[in-house]
Amino acid sequence: MTTKNDLLKTVFFDLHLKKGAKMVPFSGYELPINYEMGIKDEHLYCRSKVGLFDVSHMGQAELVAESYDDAARAIEAIVPGDVLKLQPERMRYSCLLNKNGGIEDDLMITHRVKADGSHVVGLVVNAARKQHDYRYIQSHLPENIDLKIDEERALLALQGPDAEKVIAIWCGEAVGIPYMSEIETTFFDVPCRVSRCGYTGEDGFEISVPNDQALRVAEMLLSHDDVKLIGLGARDSLRLEAGFCLYGHDIDETTSPVEADLSWVINKRRRKAGGFSGAERILTELEDGPAKRRVGLLPSGTAAPAREGALLFAEDGSQIGVVTSGGFGPTIGGPLAMGYVLSAYASLGTKIDVEVRGKKYPWHVTEMPFTPYRTYNAKQPTQH
Amino acid sequence: MSKTYYSNSHEYVRVEDGVATVGITSFAQSQLGDIVFVEIPETGTALNKGDEAAVVESVKAASELYAPLSGELTAANDALVANPALANEDPEGEGWFFKLSIKDEGDLAELMDQSQYEAFVKESE
Repeated sequence: MTTKNDLLKTVFFDLHLKKGAKMVPFSGYELPINYEMGIKDEHLYCRSKVGLFDVSHMGQAELVAESYDDAARAIEAIVPGDVLKLQPERMRYSCLLNKNGGIEDDLMITHRVKADGSHVVGLVVNAARKQHDYRYIQSHLPENIDLKIDEERALLALQGPDAEKVIAIWCGEAVGIPYMSEIETTFFDVPCRVSRCGYTGEDGFEISVPNDQALRVAEMLLSHDDVKLIGLGARDSLRLEAGFCLYGHDIDETTSPVEADLSWVINKRRRKAGGFSGAERILTELEDGPAKRRVGLLPSGTAAPAREGALLFAEDGSQIGVVTSGGFGPTIGGPLAMGYVLSAYASLGTKIDVEVRGKKYPWHVTEMPFTPYRTYNAKQPTQH
Repeated sequence: MSKTYYSNSHEYVRVEDGVATVGITSFAQSQLGDIVFVEIPETGTALNKGDEAAVVESVKAASELYAPLSGELTAANDALVANPALANEDPEGEGWFFKLSIKDEGDLAELMDQSQYEAFVKESE
C-alpha cells in the first residue's frame, strides 16, 4: 500500500494547495483532482476559455546520438510510426510496442531542434509507465544511442479556445505554430519549449520549463483573468469526450494499436517494410481485421453512467465486450463510454446493452470524438 | 414540528408526522461533487436499515445512499431523478431522495442529532 509519504510532488504542489485543490494519489504523485470550481465546471471552463494543467508528472526524455537519423532508427524498432522522416520541430503520437504487438505505453515523439542546433528525438511518456518505459527503451537501444532522462523540467498544459491569445502575451513566437509542432523559445524571459498539442480536443500548448523557473511561468499565466487551473478529474472527462485513450485502461500490454482503433499510428512505409516490434501480429490484424475493436458508446435513452468494467451485451444476450473508460461528459451533458467489442459489433449504430448494477440499458456504437475536435487546423480527429 | 436526524454514512432523516424524508447531507454532496445521476427504488419497496437504498453518481464515481432506518418507501423524488443537480443545490430541501413510513421508532435513537453530526463531520474532515 502506498502511503501519502511515498508520493512524489511536482514543483507546483504548494500552488495547488494555495488554489484550493483537493489532492489525490495518481501514478505515484500527489496531484489535484479538482480545485474549488469542481470537475464539471472546470471541464466546461476549459472548453469555453482556457485551462492550465500541471502535467509535470509525465516523463520527459531524449534520445541523443551522432545524428537525428541514428536516434530515429533506434526508436523505430519499437514504435510503428515514421520517426525518420519526421520534419524538424514536428511531433507525432505513437505507441511503444512489445514483441507481441501489445502497447507498452503511448507517447509523444518529437524531432527536436535544441537551442545549440543539435537534433534529437524527444519523448513524453505517461507518469505511471515512465520507469518501465525507460528500462524498456534502454534495453532496445544500440550502444551509440543515449537515453537522457530529464528530471529537471516541469510541464504545463494550456488548453482551450483562448490558449493562443493568452500565450501570445508572453511568448509571441508560439503564435501560429502548426498543430503537433514544437519550438525552443522564451516565455517572457524563461527559456522553454512550447509545443502545440494536448489531451482535451481543444487548441492548446504544452510548455516544458526548467523546474526552477516553472512557478514563475505558471504565476504569469494565472495572472491573466481568463486562465484557471484545471485538475485531473476534468482532464479525464475532457480526454474521454475527445475519444483519447488512457493508458492502463483503454490500452495496455495486451491490446494492439489496430484493436485500439489507432491504426493511423502505423505509417505507410512501415506497413510495407515492417521491422518494428510486434509487426507480425499488427500487419496480420491490419490485413484480416482484429478480433475486437475499441468503440465509442452513447446511451440510446436515459441510462446510468457506465464505468470501467461494465459489461457489454449483444441484443441476443451474449456478452461481447467491456467498458474501459466511462462516465459523464459535461459538454455532451450525459453519460458516455468507450470500450472493446467483438469486431462484428463495432460498426456505427450497432445496438449494445450496457449492464450497470445488474440492470441493462440500451446504448449504441458511435463515432469518436464525442465533442467536435477544435485543435488548430484540425483535420483528423484521430491525432493526439 | 419536524426533527432531523443524521447517520454516520451522511444521510439525513427529517421526521414529520410519522413520515421520514431521506436524503444526503450538505457535507456528503460537497464530498461527492457534481451529481449527475440518481436511482431511487420504486414506491412500496420495503427497506431495512443499512440497505443500499439509492444510487448517487457524481462526475467522479458511483456511491450508495444507505437506508438510515427501516420502513416502506412511500414516495420517490421524481424531480431529483430528472434533475440530479438538486442534490448539490439544495440537498436538505428540494434535493431529497425518498419518503419512508417509519417501521420502528427505535431506529431513530441510533442516529445523531444536528450538533452530534456537526461534531462528527468536523472530526472526519
